[in-house]
Amino acid sequence: MASIGKIARRTFLVGAAAVAGGVAVGAWYVSRPAPNPLRPEGDETALNPFVIIDGEGVTLVAPRAEMGQGTQTTWAALLAEEMDLAWEDVRVIHGPPAKAYYNSAMMAESLPGPAGYARSALQHKLGEMAGVIGKVMEMQVTGGSTAMKDGYERMRATGAAAREMLKAAAAARLDLDAGVLTTEAGAVVAPDGTRLPYTELAAEAAGFEPRDVLLREPSEWKLLGRALPRLDMVAKCTGTETYSIDTRPEGLRYAAVRMSPRRGAMRGFDAEEAEGMPGVEKIVDLGDGVAVIATNTWLAQQAVNAIEVDWGPAAYPETTGAIFDEIEAAFDLDPDSTLRDTGDAETLPEGAQEVTAEYRLPFLAHATMEPLNATAWITAGGLEVWSGNQIPTFVRDACAEAAGVSADSVTLHTTPMGGGFGRRGELDFSVLAVRVARALPNVPVMTTWSREEDMTQDFYRPGAIGRMRGAVQDGTAVLLDASVAGPSTARQALNRWTGFAPGGPDKVHVEGLWNQPYAIPSYRARGYIAPDLQVPVGFWRSVGNSYNGFIFESFLDEMANAAGADPLDFRVQLAEPEWDPAARVLEAVREMSGWPDKPEGTGRGVAMCYSFGTPVACVIEVADEEGEIRIARAWMAADPGVALDPGIIEQQLAGGLVYGLSAAMTGEITFADGAVEQRNFPDYDALRMGQMPRVEVRILERQTHISGIGEPGTPPAAPALANAIFDLTGERHRELPLSRAVRFAT
Amino acid sequence: MPTSITVNGTAHEVDLPSEVPLLWVLRDALNLTGTKYGCGVAACGACTVQIDGEAVRSCQVPLGDVWGDVTTIEGLGTPESLAAIQQAWVDHQVAQCGYCQSGQIMQAAALLAETPQPSDDDIDAAMSGNLCRCGTYPRIRAAIKAAAGMES
Ligand code: FES
Ligand code: FES
Repeated sequence: MASIGKIARRTFLVGAAAVAGGVAVGAWYVSRPAPNPLRPEGDETALNPFVIIDGEGVTLVAPRAEMGQGTQTTWAALLAEEMDLAWEDVRVIHGPPAKAYYNSAMMAESLPGPAGYARSALQHKLGEMAGVIGKVMEMQVTGGSTAMKDGYERMRATGAAAREMLKAAAAARLDLDAGVLTTEAGAVVAPDGTRLPYTELAAEAAGFEPRDVLLREPSEWKLLGRALPRLDMVAKCTGTETYSIDTRPEGLRYAAVRMSPRRGAMRGFDAEEAEGMPGVEKIVDLGDGVAVIATNTWLAQQAVNAIEVDWGPAAYPETTGAIFDEIEAAFDLDPDSTLRDTGDAETLPEGAQEVTAEYRLPFLAHATMEPLNATAWITAGGLEVWSGNQIPTFVRDACAEAAGVSADSVTLHTTPMGGGFGRRGELDFSVLAVRVARALPNVPVMTTWSREEDMTQDFYRPGAIGRMRGAVQDGTAVLLDASVAGPSTARQALNRWTGFAPGGPDKVHVEGLWNQPYAIPSYRARGYIAPDLQVPVGFWRSVGNSYNGFIFESFLDEMANAAGADPLDFRVQLAEPEWDPAARVLEAVREMSGWPDKPEGTGRGVAMCYSFGTPVACVIEVADEEGEIRIARAWMAADPGVALDPGIIEQQLAGGLVYGLSAAMTGEITFADGAVEQRNFPDYDALRMGQMPRVEVRILERQTHISGIGEPGTPPAAPALANAIFDLTGERHRELPLSRAVRFAT
Repeated sequence: MPTSITVNGTAHEVDLPSEVPLLWVLRDALNLTGTKYGCGVAACGACTVQIDGEAVRSCQVPLGDVWGDVTTIEGLGTPESLAAIQQAWVDHQVAQCGYCQSGQIMQAAALLAETPQPSDDDIDAAMSGNLCRCGTYPRIRAAIKAAAGMES
């Protein structure tokens, strides 16, 4: 199997050998191919940036971060489908950071224009063209639930082009017309039954130009559309998957760090005691923090905790209360965005009943199972980094800068990740590992964050306040005036990535608020930004939707209640005229849950959120257990357009629900004296086995375009739960986490 | 003074202070990285191994206190030769990020050794100390039942 170590760092040696003369069919959308970053060795042939063939078989490159969401399996299936590979022979690697691996869907999402569901085919095409910008910017990014949207046509076309090149080589060899040849299980088959394995044809095939290809109809698919065994499953069930924390190069040293709990300066430190502790090899003054390099991670942790540090003040208000005061004050400023303003949201229609409510959501940590870590090894020849990250091209460049070397001399291994949820889209933990390793040149050094460090040095899901005003008449909604206030996650994150944040409205802050597929005659959505609030915030699974989903769908429930309508009927009636797929997912959970019937002593709540192009409806059932609330059952229905792998989609929807429920039940990050108060799982817990509801998932394929699946399961969780508790107890909870007011059964 | 421990049937002499937790002996001294660090405070179960067949949090057992033979995920089965419980995990496609799964499997294996036909309550009680941020609980439950031969 082609190893990552054999793959060139950045550029393809044009004309280096007879092989792979720049045949980058991966650039199927755009006029000029990006350079093929694969530099084959020995008998390897890289037919394009995504397909490597050697004597042993075919290796596919899936340059998207595997954080558990199954993206590498489905990405490989897209290629394998058109290449006619046998699934048990498919091998996949992440590959190097490279321009060829740009994300064509990421930029498309930020296009101006109507909500995604209302886009025309032309606007979708424009979105694809905007993807070219992703290429120019070398945006190799995994995020925004874009991988399948990005890869769906591009990877099938790439696989098909590779197949046609192999057929052309076989045709030349057999002196036949390529049209009479077929492919099957990794071989070209001639009419007389002669089989030529791809492994034998690869070198010749690289000499042929890829030609235009027609993609197969879904009815012809053999791999796509079914639940395939995940390519990473056996390794993950045997402890043999190597996450970045499992990197073990010869001579590895282990480091622990402490950075400012107030995210500010370090005034000084005293490491006398730490210096004499067992296993300690070096105390590192990072300027803004301290690190200890030792022979063992635990010994490094003990020593770093023994250092006395004098930390400077925080650049943001010191308490949760003061932070929320600043968020609330943003409502007095001009709105940052008004992305929807239909009808007349100012004027209460005659005879209509007004409804108002305010909602508050806390800051949240990502708390991936694998604490942040990375390994760096600085030598005269350059820099080698192992990091589980979602943005390899940016990480490569930032690490190069931190080491004072050129980006060309960086080898970056993007490893499988023990959870990401957006946290591994940041640069900090990779760069920090490089900064620590600079203290010990020629020695590989792994810097592992303790759980306490991981939790207190996060870029948090921002706290938010939603102010909602609506009106109901004749059993339906006639007006919705939605507004939300918080810091700008997008501006902070873009600043960290690129050093600047473009102007214009922050769309991410209001996603899930302005673009919901409900036909409400007067519908306005405004975003308010607390411009100077420097609390570190970042992308957290489903981003703005994670708070706006709760605000919007809780309020819709309050409106239904005020209108005297059934909450599910109320939603269907508003969704149907706006966008049919949204109504269909609601109808699906109605049927699955038997709504409105429910067992004695239970309450049920419904929510429907449209995010990342996908409508997801959810019904949750809660039961009263001697004054405690148990989440008994959940039903989910989603429409991602094309269900490439229903097994993985089911995993992602249920997993996204759990992530959202965990936050809704107990998730809360608070600040005191400028520092985060929660330090480990005992004070930032998550849903556990004994609390897990029975979940049923249904996948619909009614909408025209393929859409995201990694995040859309999260937004409906909190509102469906709060709405169910309202149904059970008659109490409306407008603040998260619910554990402030409700006792959950364990 | 080196400490002797037996892991997956192999005896090792470990030259680390006796208070170093077993977790970090396994991971950093013996390069048995299948056992994971999640919290260090007995709150997540990612570090679960077995000592004399009993599931323990290896982050809480100092090297000097290891009282019996240690079994880690690597000792349970290998990719070429899966243990029955690992096969059940693969059959049910349990893992997402997979980081918690070594601990989940070691915990579940100890449960099944003690309670070959666990009820849902038994599963809840045994498994609630093992956190999974990806939310794989339903498939874990199904895989445990399958490994117990209780598939519906
Ligand atoms: S690392 Fe031992 S229980 Fe979490
Ligand atoms: S599979 Fe990711 S934490 Fe359990």
